[in-house]
Amino acid sequence: MRNLYLISFICLVTAPNALLGQVFTVYDSFTELEKRIQQVDEHTTLVLNFWATWCSPCVEELPSFDELYQKHADTDFQVIMVSLDFKSRLEKTLVPFLEKNPLKPEIALLADQDADSWIPQIHPNWEGTIPATVVIRGGQRNLFPEKFQNYQALESFVLNFVNKVQKATCMGSKGTR
Amino acid sequence: MKRPVCIPILLASFLLFLNATNDPSSYAIGDKAEDFRLQNVDGRMISLADFPDAKGYIIVFTCNHCPYAQIYEQRIINLHKKFNPKGFPVIAINPNDAEIVPDDSFDEMVKRSATKRYPFVYLHDAEQKVYPKFGANRTPHVFVLNKEKVVRYIGAIDDNPETPSAVRKKYVENAVEAVLRDERPNPDLTRAIGCPIKRKRH
Repeated sequence: MRNLYLISFICLVTAPNALLGQVFTVYDSFTELEKRIQQVDEHTTLVLNFWATWCSPCVEELPSFDELYQKHADTDFQVIMVSLDFKSRLEKTLVPFLEKNPLKPEIALLADQDADSWIPQIHPNWEGTIPATVVIRGGQRNLFPEKFQNYQALESFVLNFVNKVQKATCMGSKGTR
Repeated sequence: MKRPVCIPILLASFLLFLNATNDPSSYAIGDKAEDFRLQNVDGRMISLADFPDAKGYIIVFTCNHCPYAQIYEQRIINLHKKFNPKGFPVIAINPNDAEIVPDDSFDEMVKRSATKRYPFVYLHDAEQKVYPKFGANRTPHVFVLNKEKVVRYIGAIDDNPETPSAVRKKYVENAVEAVLRDERPNPDLTRAIGCPIKRKRH
């Protein structure tokens, strides 16, 4: 089951462009999230960040993902922030957190508790520590199972992988001609 | 101008990645663990050798502050209550640096173990030399050892952190029961979400 949550809050004081609400999707099973991941085609870059409100290194790097989204987001560049907060505590954790710290990228909550079954599907080398970031492009994946030192580290991790995949695709198609 | 900036960052990312993946020198299933000597919340220094009648050990890297550790706290207590009488005690170890997480200081460990009446030893890996040998990277992270201190299971306690009543696979219980029967646990390695262990800043 997928549920859409709308957190409404009023921004009276700050910038007029500030978001008026934060929408996030609750995925009860990994299969549902996997469907969302599969929606992107091979020419689209998808950045997935696994985080939680209780994970301090995760929270520290959230601004970098906002920046990545602001600089690169487009129809062929998507970012999803996958929260692993407990669904039963959503009203006490994720909802108030997002009210205080609105995030620009798409937000999801993955409530599938059987982590041993889905962690390897995200990336075979991931042991489940967060923060963890996975870039998906052209059917290939690259994992960074740590906090990024700064925005530049995140950006080059993502862009270098995308370039590598694009180059390989170009060379592959030349070879077949 | 872009290149000289990017290369050091790439290199740094790569080194970080290496650092983040499990140190190949850390224990794998079948490896014999070295004994250690760490301070317990009662002030005594504790080693595995202090349990001469043990048929095995449930070593749990856990801590005070982490919501995952907290949600599993009662289940860790239950594991000890169930298996200590069978010679299989829980040895809890807090690996976190107290400068980064003040709630995980030795004093706070003493308080929490008293309030929650921990029936097991709760040791402080103050120098952070024990958890890297095990290859622990999150809390809670469990290592089931047999009598000879051979690692037989690494991973999660069960398959449902959030809802104990919905647990279908009790990984650690099954592993301990297998070791007690002198069999190999299946599975012997599971992955789980947990709080990252907080390393000292150098």
